[in-house]
Amino acid sequence: MIELNVNGKNHDLDVAEDTPILWALRDVIGMTGTKFGCGRALCGACTIHLDGAPTRSCITPVSLARGKKVTTIEAVGESEVGKRVQQAWLELDVVQCGYCQSGQIMAASALLAQNSNPSDADIDNAMAGNICRCGTYPRIKAAIKQAAKSKA
Amino acid sequence: MSKEPESLSEKGRSRRNFLIATTAVGGSLLIGFALPKFLDSKGIEAPGYPDMAESEDLAFSPNAFIRIDQEGVVTLIMSKAEMGQGTFTSIPMLIAEELGVDLTKVKLEQAPADDKLYADPILGSQVTGGSTSIRGAWEPMRHAGAVARTLLVTAASKQWNTGIDQCYVENGYVLNKGSDEKLAYGELVATAATLPVPDKVVLKDPKEFTLIGKPVRRLDSPEKVNGHATYGIDVRLPNMKVATVAMSPVLGGKLISVDDSKALSIKGVHQIVKLEDTVAVIADHMWAAKQGLAALAIKWDGGRNSELDMKDIVEQLDQASRNAGRAAPGVVARSDGDFNSAFDKAPLKHEAVYQVPFLSHAAIEPMNATVHVQKDRCDIWVGTQVPTLAKAGAIGITNLPPDRVFVHNHQIGGGFGRRLDVDFINQAVSIAKQVDYPVKVIWTREEDMQHGIYRPYYYDRLAAGLDKDGKLVAWSHRVTGSSIMSRWVPQLVVNGLDPDAVEVAKDPLYAPANIRVEYVRQEPPGIVTGWWRGVGATHNTFMVESFIDELAHKAGKDPLQYRLALLDKSPRAKKVLEIAAEKAGWGSALPTGSGRGLSVQHAFGTYVAQVAELEVGDEGVRVKRVVCVVDCGMVVNPDHVKAQMEGGINFGISGAMWGEITLKDGKVEQSNFDNYRVLRMNEAPIIEVHLVTNAEAPGGIGEPGTAAIAPALTNAIFAASGKRIRKLPIANNLETV
Repeated sequence: MIELNVNGKNHDLDVAEDTPILWALRDVIGMTGTKFGCGRALCGACTIHLDGAPTRSCITPVSLARGKKVTTIEAVGESEVGKRVQQAWLELDVVQCGYCQSGQIMAASALLAQNSNPSDADIDNAMAGNICRCGTYPRIKAAIKQAAKSKA
Repeated sequence: MSKEPESLSEKGRSRRNFLIATTAVGGSLLIGFALPKFLDSKGIEAPGYPDMAESEDLAFSPNAFIRIDQEGVVTLIMSKAEMGQGTFTSIPMLIAEELGVDLTKVKLEQAPADDKLYADPILGSQVTGGSTSIRGAWEPMRHAGAVARTLLVTAASKQWNTGIDQCYVENGYVLNKGSDEKLAYGELVATAATLPVPDKVVLKDPKEFTLIGKPVRRLDSPEKVNGHATYGIDVRLPNMKVATVAMSPVLGGKLISVDDSKALSIKGVHQIVKLEDTVAVIADHMWAAKQGLAALAIKWDGGRNSELDMKDIVEQLDQASRNAGRAAPGVVARSDGDFNSAFDKAPLKHEAVYQVPFLSHAAIEPMNATVHVQKDRCDIWVGTQVPTLAKAGAIGITNLPPDRVFVHNHQIGGGFGRRLDVDFINQAVSIAKQVDYPVKVIWTREEDMQHGIYRPYYYDRLAAGLDKDGKLVAWSHRVTGSSIMSRWVPQLVVNGLDPDAVEVAKDPLYAPANIRVEYVRQEPPGIVTGWWRGVGATHNTFMVESFIDELAHKAGKDPLQYRLALLDKSPRAKKVLEIAAEKAGWGSALPTGSGRGLSVQHAFGTYVAQVAELEVGDEGVRVKRVVCVVDCGMVVNPDHVKAQMEGGINFGISGAMWGEITLKDGKVEQSNFDNYRVLRMNEAPIIEVHLVTNAEAPGGIGEPGTAAIAPALTNAIFAASGKRIRKLPIANNLETV
């Protein structure tokens, strides 16, 4: 049994210790906001926060989350930064198919929590791990800049 | 015009060749179909399964449907899949413009699989694709909204005993011009449903549009931003298990045997299911299923494709495309004047071979379908561009009657044409048929990449003759490659001519008096080919716009001026090109190693011109900026047009720069995003989109941006470096950053 703290709530999970957090979230707990895209941390769709740090949940086993706080897209809006990011995403109509956007928002929120006024290069570095096949990059970048300037 | 009221015992049902209005259970006003929610066609509650009404025997009806209940809740039933291109906003805009409701309050439902009710008027079937959604829905959806509005207004006018012209609608109310009175739609539906459906309705003058033409915010954004959007892969059902699969690594191979002893002892693994060419591991969750898969010892028989290599495939294409002794080996798509004679006489001649590779779609949501096959019904939960094809496939596999097979459609995490095929759905149905619980089948990225339905490899020969002033006098284009339509919609291939294969090639904007276009069908062994964003236009615009650029340089002319001089017969093309060049600063100085390249295209009913600006430096090619001018006629949502151009261009850049699926020993060599490279944030250019506004008929916007970008890039590379690339991807010719 392993205990996972997700968005402030504890879950007791009867899974092997090497189970990636992604599948514990999606299939065992039933929270499907975090997405599967590649299984090898190449696409970023699975991005969560582990004690606030952006983490690819598809390759991070639940054992590494022991004693830490997992935050997912479903609750990132409860933080001031997360709320501003989601607000900017809505104002600029960033999304198209939307499948990568949970990961994008989690990565962007982590960036802004750590760097409140990122340059273009900062944004590129932080977001290069999150693929968007619909090509919404221009709007993602603009939304991050807008969120950086806005107040919740 | 007035109609005799229908008999009340029929509850206002009238069968005509368009919309009907009828009263459903609970007194709602339904336009277009009659069955109530929550019951299947036998009137049996389907516990735990989403409602899915099926059609009755109805006259033909246009696509989207409207349901208004007595609380005034407006539900719009979406016949077009939403895969990012915006149909779940733009189609409601068309309806709401006439219906007079607040868009932020409408509910949206996915339409069930039903060609009779939901066939697209252009495509003839319930399909989302080909950049046709707005073109097909433009008139019928406004008509649907207007019919509903007319019935509600008529009901109100009766209640107030006043003329219809004294009533108007606003935000879900009918208001009385002559007094303060207003009636909510919910209060009117019971009466409205008893009224005869008008034969004719008056649509708004575009000058009065309050929604259409405005950048209305996407209705699906909130749930995609807060993690609650449910894609096919997110479906959860009672007793559901999760499966992942291994398919024959050699394309077309078969399963010989599986040793599953180790797999079955892994915690969470439930069952192994075998198909002719697939092994599925079914487990409590995806991780257990993946572990189970890794623990299998599988023996495959690769079969006749076991030694297939790219060299063989390309050689076959080359051979097929050769013109032996002037006798044309291909099917003639167009022949005006006399190309051979004009070419022979031309003082300047130019010939080139162009090649574009197989491409994968690589959407971030991998192929998946959830299926429950029971004795008397089959339910499929999936994101699909073709619900009726999915239904037909399941009928064939389960032998259930059509009214017992249900497709519950979902938002798609990237379509790009991949979801026009149902191979992965059929596979899931076949797996589910062997078990007695719902099973969600998810392909790993590796299986998705290696069992794609690829954009074909095209091997084209172009030739042109120029007069002594460099003017184009003769043009020939022979397209060689797979015929997607012969597999997907064979009735459209007449006398061997696949119209998709020669799209844009058949009618280039520059067509001189002597033009010859041919198609040679050559199928790659082992590979199933299919629709990739931009379809025929994507490869042919690359050929045409690259070749005309080569001709411009051969004639010693500026590529912009050379094209403009040939576009007098296409003023809309000329206009977008002129504006693009101006906005891009064409002709102004650039640093050494930088260059600009043009493309102009007429496809999908839309005119697009693009100018790509890039640099070819020590680290490789970097695309800096793309200017895109689009004339798509009447615009429903200008922000959607911009978004589709931005996204389409970025999708096309991925394909042109790095996209390539190759085979070795019959196996696809690419497997994930490390070896099938796609554009990332740090590589994405600045994109500027300009819309040309006019009152022309709406054109499609999902694909044109993608289809036009590749030649703009290669033309810019030529301008920057003098290197002419005729074989994509660019990365095989030059370093890229």
